[in-house]
Amino acid sequence: MIKDFDNIIIKTVCRILTPFLQIFAFYVIAHGHYSPGGGFQGGCILGASFILLVIAHDINTVKKRMSEKLNTFLCSIGVMIYAGIGLLCLMLGANYLDYGILHTILPVDAVKARAMGTLGIEIGVGLTVMSVMVSIFLNIASGGKHEEGAPE
Amino acid sequence: MIWQLDILILTIVVICAVAAISVKDLLSSAILLSVYSFLMCILWAELGAVDVAFTEAAVGAGISTAFFIGAIYQTTRRTKD
Repeated sequence: MIKDFDNIIIKTVCRILTPFLQIFAFYVIAHGHYSPGGGFQGGCILGASFILLVIAHDINTVKKRMSEKLNTFLCSIGVMIYAGIGLLCLMLGANYLDYGILHTILPVDAVKARAMGTLGIEIGVGLTVMSVMVSIFLNIASGGKHEEGAPE
Repeated sequence: MIWQLDILILTIVVICAVAAISVKDLLSSAILLSVYSFLMCILWAELGAVDVAFTEAAVGAGISTAFFIGAIYQTTRRTKD
C-alpha cells in the first residue's frame, strides 16, 4: 500500500502538473484524427494523471475523487459509446463503424460526418482506457485489497 | 533517416535490454526497461512512425513503468537468483 507521506515539493508539483497533463490528454483525444495520437494515447495520459495523484498522495485521496463505482461506470460507458456508434451506422443501412452514413441524421455533409464519427469513437476509447489504467494501477499498488477500505 | 543515428540508438537499445535482464536490483531493472522504451520511441519517431512513437512513449515509458514500480512495492526489491 502506498502511504501518504507529507512532502510539500511532491504535492505542489503534482498540483501544478495535473491540469496541464489533463488538458494535453484532452487535446490528444480531440485532435487524434488530424495529428498523431488518438483515444488510446490520450486515455493513457489521462490515466497517468490519476496515477500521479496516487503516487503523490495515497489511494484513498484518489478514491474520494474517483470512486470504484464511477470508474467501472466510465469504463462501461466508453464501450457503449464505441458499440453504439457502430450499431447506429448498422441501423442506418451501412456497415459496422461506417461513419459516412451518419450525415443522414447529423446536419453536416458526409466528410464532416466521418470526422464526427471518428471523434465519438475516440472519446469512447479514451474513457475506457483511462478507467482501465486507473483500475489496474489501484489493484497492483494495493495488492488487490483496496476495495476493502484499507486503513492506510 | 540518418543511418548513423539509427546505429547509435540501436546500440544503446541493445545495451539497455541486456542490462535490464542482468541487473539484480528490480527497481533498476524497471527504470532500465523504461529507458529502453524511450529509446525505442526515439527510434520510431526517427523512422517516421510518429503514431507508434507516441504510443510507445505513453504506454511503454509512462504507464508500464508505474505498473512495474507498483508491483515492486508488493514484493522484495532484490531478486533471489
